[in-house]
Amino acid sequence: MTREEVLNKYGKSKDNLLYILHDIQDSNPRHYLTEEDLKEVAKWLELPYSYVHGVATFYSMFSLKPRGKYIIRVCESPTCHLMGASNIIIELVKSLGVGIGETTKDEIFTLELTSCIGVCGVAPAMMINSEVYGNLTSEKIAQIIDEKRRESK
Amino acid sequence: MKLEDLRKIREKAERELKLREGKARVKIVVGMGTSGIAAGAREVLKAFLDEIEKRNLQDVMVTQSGEKGLSSHEPVAEVWEEGKPVVVYGNLTPEIARKVIADHIVNGNPVTEYVIEVREA
Amino acid sequence: MPKRLDILVCSGAACISNDSTTIKNKLQAVLKENNLEEEVAIVETGCMGPCELGPVMLVYPDGVFYIRLKEKDIEEIVKEHVIKGRPVKRLQWTTPEARKIVEERKQIPFFEKQMKIVLSNCGKIDPENIEEYIAVGGYEALAKVLTTMTPEQVIEEMINSGLRGRGGAGFPTGLKWKATRDADGDEKYIVCNGDEGDPGAFMDRAILEGDPHTVIEGMAIAAYAVGAKQGYVYVRAEYPLAVKRLDKAIQQARKYGVLGKNIFETGFDFDIDIRIGAGAFVCGEETALIASIEGKRGQPRPKPPFPAQKGLWGKPTVINNVETFANVRHIILNGSKWFASIGTEKSKGTKVFALSGKVENTGLVEVPMGISIKDLVFEIGGGIPGGKEFKAVQVGGPSGGCVPAEYMDTPIDYESLKKLGTIMGSGGVIVLDEDTCMVNLAKFFLDFTQEESCGQCVPCRIGLKHLFDILDRITKGQGRMEDLETLEKLGEEIRRTSLCGLGQSAPNPVLSTLRYFKDEYIEHIKDKKCRAGVCQFETVKEKETIEEKLKGII
Repeated sequence: MTREEVLNKYGKSKDNLLYILHDIQDSNPRHYLTEEDLKEVAKWLELPYSYVHGVATFYSMFSLKPRGKYIIRVCESPTCHLMGASNIIIELVKSLGVGIGETTKDEIFTLELTSCIGVCGVAPAMMINSEVYGNLTSEKIAQIIDEKRRESK
Repeated sequence: MKLEDLRKIREKAERELKLREGKARVKIVVGMGTSGIAAGAREVLKAFLDEIEKRNLQDVMVTQSGEKGLSSHEPVAEVWEEGKPVVVYGNLTPEIARKVIADHIVNGNPVTEYVIEVREA
Repeated sequence: MPKRLDILVCSGAACISNDSTTIKNKLQAVLKENNLEEEVAIVETGCMGPCELGPVMLVYPDGVFYIRLKEKDIEEIVKEHVIKGRPVKRLQWTTPEARKIVEERKQIPFFEKQMKIVLSNCGKIDPENIEEYIAVGGYEALAKVLTTMTPEQVIEEMINSGLRGRGGAGFPTGLKWKATRDADGDEKYIVCNGDEGDPGAFMDRAILEGDPHTVIEGMAIAAYAVGAKQGYVYVRAEYPLAVKRLDKAIQQARKYGVLGKNIFETGFDFDIDIRIGAGAFVCGEETALIASIEGKRGQPRPKPPFPAQKGLWGKPTVINNVETFANVRHIILNGSKWFASIGTEKSKGTKVFALSGKVENTGLVEVPMGISIKDLVFEIGGGIPGGKEFKAVQVGGPSGGCVPAEYMDTPIDYESLKKLGTIMGSGGVIVLDEDTCMVNLAKFFLDFTQEESCGQCVPCRIGLKHLFDILDRITKGQGRMEDLETLEKLGEEIRRTSLCGLGQSAPNPVLSTLRYFKDEYIEHIKDKKCRAGVCQFETVKEKETIEEKLKGII
């Protein structure tokens, strides 16, 4: 969907702002919102730019920075923490060669943290885009990352 | 919808749910909540479907449900047969799913090591 | 992963008095010596029955029952049975009674101890097929309400049932509906909070994914009771599958005419839309959630006015969480008397708990209110893995507090938990074992809440940061004794003066660990010691050893 298509889909109702931002971000292959996006959305909904910017930066799932094809979100909820999420993070940092909030040079992966994704019974867990992976171990992570690398080629 | 419509749908759907409609002999219900999927339920579902197709089992259907709650034993699947208690399997892998088809569905011997619950339908 | 063998050690009172703890510790040590920890699980169980034969222990899947164990027998059991697969006949019990116990224990007691009302359809029916929901009596409650009851009767029934909100504070649902019905204005709204209160809880996700029509039906009944025509379900963006299944369910409900115009030809109109969040914990707070639905930053506002008076777009609004709405149809179909007969005097019905952390069976558990923590963790949860010591449970996530092992007989209901310094929250129960450092845990929660603070009010924005800094210092071995008093005073102050529930409850993890585990705090400060081995102190001695280790490398 282009930005214009998203805007037309939701109409001028201000309460659709979050939906609009989600959809524009999702249709960008780099999963982020550009300054122009925010300006156009503000114009369309007749809201001040600062308001739209304020909303976009309040919620942690919106990014104003380009991200990779796959966004890896490691759950840092208490249960995952208890069950070894920090080792999972270290494993990913090592294997991807980037820190938290950073994107790999080949633009394939972005590493992020997320609040609870609700699979505490199979902790530690992470999400890659909208797919959830649980009962994580070093081997499992290596396997998943390999798979995604291959898929992206 | 009218009230009578609801009752009619209910009667029909009840028979279908309990396999009294004659469409299938066995129903396998795979738990496809996020916990199940995170533990590998998709691969298990695929293995069930694949094995059923390979063996050309026409009277076995596969459906999905949300999660039963026992996360530590995900992926979980239920086997429904008319007139028999429901057998619930846990800790499934694609290999065990294939074994369930071969031993339980085809030959009538449940794979007991992986049964976590047996209950009335 | 399932282990090759599960060894169930009875930890009933009788066996413990027969020194089953020594047996368990010995078993753990011998397994470790032989590198079998990965293959064999030690599970502490509740009483198995034959107390006079204790200490007893059961090995699965072999189904071998050992009795009258002595510490010296353990070595033999491990060498012969575990390693070579030859049960030790001398210690085995093989009477018919023994066989019966073996058979009974085989099925995981996880399900049989539960009472499934809210979760009755989850894992059973196909959530993407409305007809399967109708097959199990779905939309019968809505039909009953629309064709045989007045809105006042519905509210009366809800009040009599004693149902209290399952999202946190436990406010009576019927009274909330009544206040909304009585509020001025003809435009009213129903909002379902699907933002899942505390991290560590996931029942709302499981219900939305596994039985979305239950929630739709509950909301429609609420709408009829208060006079609303439009509802919203606010789901967190971290739950894409729940959004997808709910969306499908709403579309099917419209197609079948149980949402939309003139439902069951009674002239009642009601429809539902989904709103999704974008990652902000504070949006679980009802006024912040309302702001987020309106497309604003999710910032809370002071109450009163309550949403029942001024909610969505300033109109009277009922806001309940997923689990609360999921109870409604059962109350309507089975009656308020039936519902009120379950649970305790002030906490009626069942509650779904999300059991996670250091416990054998993790997952969602639905039990009558008032069950003890012990039954939850040991009977249903199957005890602590690896033969470790049970230390505490954290109830209610970052807004709650811990309940230590000494209080494990406490019944779980709104009042008892409050007395212990925690809250029910949405029912997340995180089990902690001896390897958990309570100071570190408190720091972890504070790190989370200070990050999630929306920044509007000073006590929450700055106070939490201070609490965190102090805890951080203590876990690094730089704490001072006077810090403990500061933590308490500041915590109480934040609790008293914050604007919303987030700030008011954020100090709970600190205050409750201080209350029950002060000795651990003192150890960290005075002895620079962390008994769980979690906190790393940079003491002089350690620095030396690190330098020594590095010598060969550099």
